[in-house]
Amino acid sequence: METITAASGTTSLTWLLIALPLAGAVILLGTGRVTNKWGHLLGVATIAGSFGVAVALWLSLLAKPSEDRAVRQFLFTWLDLGRFKVDVALQLDQLSMAFVLLITGVGLLIHVYAVGYMKGDDGRRRFFGYLNLFVAAMLLLVLADSYVLLYVGWEGVGLASYLLIGYYQTRDTAGPAAKKAFVVNRVGDIGMSVAIMLMFAAFGTVTFQGVFEAAPGASSAMVNGIGFMLLLAACGKSAQFPLQSWLLDAMEGPTPVSALIHAATMVTAGVYLIARSNPIFDLAPTAQMAVIIVGLITLLAGGIIASAKDDIKKALAGSTMSAIGYMMLAVGLGPTGYVFAIAFLLAHGFFKAGLFLGAGSVMHGMNDQVSMRRFGGLRSVMAITTATFGLGYLAIIGIPPLAGYFTKDLIIESALARSPIIGGLAVIGAGLTAFYMSRIFFMTFIGKKRWTEDVHPHESPWSMTVPMLVLAVGSVASGYLLMRDYTLEKWLEPVTGFVEPESSLSHVVVTSVTLTSVAVGIVAAILLYLRRDVPEVAPSKVSFLVVAARKDLFGDAFNEAVFMRPGQWLTRSLVWVDNKVIDGAVNGVAASLGGLSARARRIQTGYTRSYSLVMLSGALLVLVFLAIVGR
Amino acid sequence: MNPMNYIYLSAALFSIGAFGVLFRRNAIVVFMCVELMLNAANLAFVAFARINGTLDGQVVAFFVMVVAAAEVVIGLAIIMSIFATRRSASIDEANLLRS
Repeated sequence: METITAASGTTSLTWLLIALPLAGAVILLGTGRVTNKWGHLLGVATIAGSFGVAVALWLSLLAKPSEDRAVRQFLFTWLDLGRFKVDVALQLDQLSMAFVLLITGVGLLIHVYAVGYMKGDDGRRRFFGYLNLFVAAMLLLVLADSYVLLYVGWEGVGLASYLLIGYYQTRDTAGPAAKKAFVVNRVGDIGMSVAIMLMFAAFGTVTFQGVFEAAPGASSAMVNGIGFMLLLAACGKSAQFPLQSWLLDAMEGPTPVSALIHAATMVTAGVYLIARSNPIFDLAPTAQMAVIIVGLITLLAGGIIASAKDDIKKALAGSTMSAIGYMMLAVGLGPTGYVFAIAFLLAHGFFKAGLFLGAGSVMHGMNDQVSMRRFGGLRSVMAITTATFGLGYLAIIGIPPLAGYFTKDLIIESALARSPIIGGLAVIGAGLTAFYMSRIFFMTFIGKKRWTEDVHPHESPWSMTVPMLVLAVGSVASGYLLMRDYTLEKWLEPVTGFVEPESSLSHVVVTSVTLTSVAVGIVAAILLYLRRDVPEVAPSKVSFLVVAARKDLFGDAFNEAVFMRPGQWLTRSLVWVDNKVIDGAVNGVAASLGGLSARARRIQTGYTRSYSLVMLSGALLVLVFLAIVGR
Repeated sequence: MNPMNYIYLSAALFSIGAFGVLFRRNAIVVFMCVELMLNAANLAFVAFARINGTLDGQVVAFFVMVVAAAEVVIGLAIIMSIFATRRSASIDEANLLRS
């Protein structure tokens, strides 16, 4: 456990990281049409400012000795209720720093890209307001020093994601997709809140430092319980099995959103959560095993889904699921995997964002066509997009010496060191990745032109191509720069710990096995999509596996049958109970009282003499009663 | 003289008053019968005061007289206005609040 010092000097600027984009969001969303003209520029400027601060902070951390780098900036006390005390304080350590650089760096590029991509859209100012809100919330998520404050950022990114998925409000599909993402994320959030409650019950504190110091003293059942709840939360946010269904629909949002939120940053929050909670997971082997299993299932399921989708963004979304499955697998491996998970996460941030921006550039040139069956041969008209997309493609499938090779292979290596089954499935996943990515690349950029008649594809403006070029450079170089000479291992070691995986297989063997699997995937894609013509309409006579993959492996059907229909049945029966039993009782009491009063009213005849007779009889009764009882 | 005789007289007056209230229709007569009952009660109070040798009953009798006087004022006013609207002082005809 490293020591955390109070922020001073440059590091006392940490709060600016969040304040800048938050101010941008407030101004852009609060001012209305006044800022329409220059709103997008303000949005870019706040993120650029944030990125500048991030770089300054990074340099100041680099200047310190490795074990003294973590700093904590206290801002104010938020809640002080007896034993329950929550400070709003930011914790900047090596792990947060890596995320901050990724979020602000990739965020800045995507903001610049969105200036070009959203040109001519009426809601561009609103769009940038939401994007700024997202960046602020995401930075709060990774800079929080307690689980409660992390939860604030966690919900903030969920809100921004919801708003941006539903950005095209006039489309029929965008609203339900946003709602679906919101609802599925709520399921995961239950895990988050239960985990926080368990921590408070067991340790009496919710700060990272307090929880991690107290965790070794807790019972194994308690740490495993917390671990499982955190895993549930991570599954919701990171679209992991069994809460994966929302991510494919989330592609309804504008493409820069898909690149920033649903590929590079927000969906990796689950990986961050588990990597951050490493002292808990290291004590909870059962929960760790569950993380590995979830990761393996998702990496294979995502790959299978991505292999059958014709919508380029949905295919990339399946690929994102699969890639995050790799990261989950890696964080599940414990200290041998945390660093590799973060390395792959950072590299993935570059190449997946680049791939999505490439897809956006293609859609921009093709009148928002998304079906890859109507692409083909685009390399002749979109040279820059083809080159950047191609580099991202080579990087993600792990061709040496690009980013994926350095980062994904290490995950596979440490998975193989744990168990041949886990490692074997990860190798199969690598082959799947190679297959579906080749399929996307071939169907989009190579082969015959299958364009619809009215499109005239053209290269995108420089505001879109420059970010793509920068990300392509990142896709090529980030892996080497991160893993060269144990750079990232040394950087992250004080936070996450690092143990070299002890494998019986040598590095060369693992690499050649993985590359063989990748080669098989590429060859299969060449045979299916280059040698043969791609039909413009998806063939309907296909194997069961393809049908299943096209339907997201029946995830929606399962949710509908198991959760939605029983839920509807439950609500309907509750409505029936409410109408018949509850309302029945209330109305029944009223009706019987009404009936009684209707009868009682008859006594009131209006005849004075009958009233006086009643009075007299009453008085006589009282007298008789007193005469009998009163003696 | 035996004070109990006053009690008997009071009971007889009260019964006559009660009988009158129950069986007569003319509002004025009914009203007079009510007064009779009040006075019977007054007589009983005074007699009991005498029997017990205390002043409590005498005091209550004064209160009853005050209440009866106030009641007469209001009651007669009501009867007058009923007669003015209906041209009749029969209490059986005045069985509705609305005219």
